[in-house]
Amino acid sequence: MDIEEFALGDSFVHNLDPRVKIICTLVFSTVVALNHWISAAAAAIVFPMVLIAAARINIKRVLSRLVVVNTFILFLWFLLPFTFPGDVINSLGPMEIHAEGLQYALLITLKSNAIVLMVIALLGTSPVFNLVHALSHMGVPDKLVHIFFFCFRYVHVIHEEYHRLAKAMKIRSFQPRTDVHTYRAYAYLVGMILVRSFDRSKRILAAMKCRGFRGRFYILHHYEMKRCDYLLAISSVVFSAALLVVK
Amino acid sequence: MIHLRHVRFKYNSRYVLNGLDLSVAPGDRIGLVGPNGSGKTTLCQIIMGLLAPESGDIEIFGKARVDEADFQEIRGRIGFLFQDADDQLFCPTVLEDVAFGPLNMGKSPTEAKRIVKATLASLNLKGFEERITYQLSGGEKRLVSLATVLAMEPDMLILDEPTSGLDEETAERIVHILNESNLTSILISHDREFLDKTTGKMLKIQNGIISAA
Repeated sequence: MDIEEFALGDSFVHNLDPRVKIICTLVFSTVVALNHWISAAAAAIVFPMVLIAAARINIKRVLSRLVVVNTFILFLWFLLPFTFPGDVINSLGPMEIHAEGLQYALLITLKSNAIVLMVIALLGTSPVFNLVHALSHMGVPDKLVHIFFFCFRYVHVIHEEYHRLAKAMKIRSFQPRTDVHTYRAYAYLVGMILVRSFDRSKRILAAMKCRGFRGRFYILHHYEMKRCDYLLAISSVVFSAALLVVK
Repeated sequence: MIHLRHVRFKYNSRYVLNGLDLSVAPGDRIGLVGPNGSGKTTLCQIIMGLLAPESGDIEIFGKARVDEADFQEIRGRIGFLFQDADDQLFCPTVLEDVAFGPLNMGKSPTEAKRIVKATLASLNLKGFEERITYQLSGGEKRLVSLATVLAMEPDMLILDEPTSGLDEETAERIVHILNESNLTSILISHDREFLDKTTGKMLKIQNGIISAA
């Protein structure tokens, strides 16, 4: 599991100010999410694709992330065309396919992919710690920023802990089946991960206190807006505004 | 520097520390041994103010230490190394983690960066600044944890099993670093050979009290 797999790189997109990236992603996502037109949603995908090309990140990996997103969306394609009220264009056995449902599913698919691509292109290309810094620069409450940051930092550790426990189960010949023994073993596994994470969080806080932590993070890097940051800000606002007028 | 008098501490209903006394004078280098579960780590956490004893007096740097504010004062002056480096290293990069202590102590970012550079260089970790902490090897993690502690320029060190799980070469580096720094210290370890090389005095903790080992 590598959350930061796109963050390593030295392209112009990687070096943009993370504050600008966060704001641009927000503006773009809001506009895309609120729009009702398939043509606008389709056009919206162009902007993040240009950024992804400029960032020169691994396209295969980007696609594999999209697969995950679209697996969820696939369920909408099974449901919406049959349940959304509207003109019947065809039927599949006893079920009628509605045009509006199909359009709706397509719209959601385009929107979701546009937003996810934008997040990958802009937020994915910054290390999480930089985003955290940017958030605290932007005046997001400390507690929220800390929760976000610690979640990220310790997901790895908890993931490792899970693997260690799962291995310990395996070497004692545990094989998941559909029975009470299996359910109980999994419940223990989850319970143990929770307990251990809680204990670890206490130790981490203790270690931080020992180094003088009093509830505040000090920031080592400060950001400065460069010309390309303004360029991104302007182009994404113009593009988002254009999406609003396209039908 | 440190005087503990008649400290008692219990987990559930079992007293791990039962009327323990301890004195550490400036320049002392103490090796602390004792069986598993004898309270070595508990004792150190009490000194750092992370656990509160049930009874007993704690005097550190010439002042009685009772509440959180008292202990906040001493934490920057006593460097405490945790058993598990994953508990200690929480920032993504080594630079940020080592700078965390100095920044908390009011150093400016420029100053903090200078301290990080100097500390890493003194531990032979030059060029580690941008390394990702959770991708370091076990030995590297331990050395970087030590750097986070030394970067605070403490008057005293308390290290909880600094060499456990390390190969001989890395353990030897830690011996060298400790002997070079020559700080007042308490070292917890099961490795007698390591303690012989780094400490001048050996104490044993057993049945809740401390005796000469």
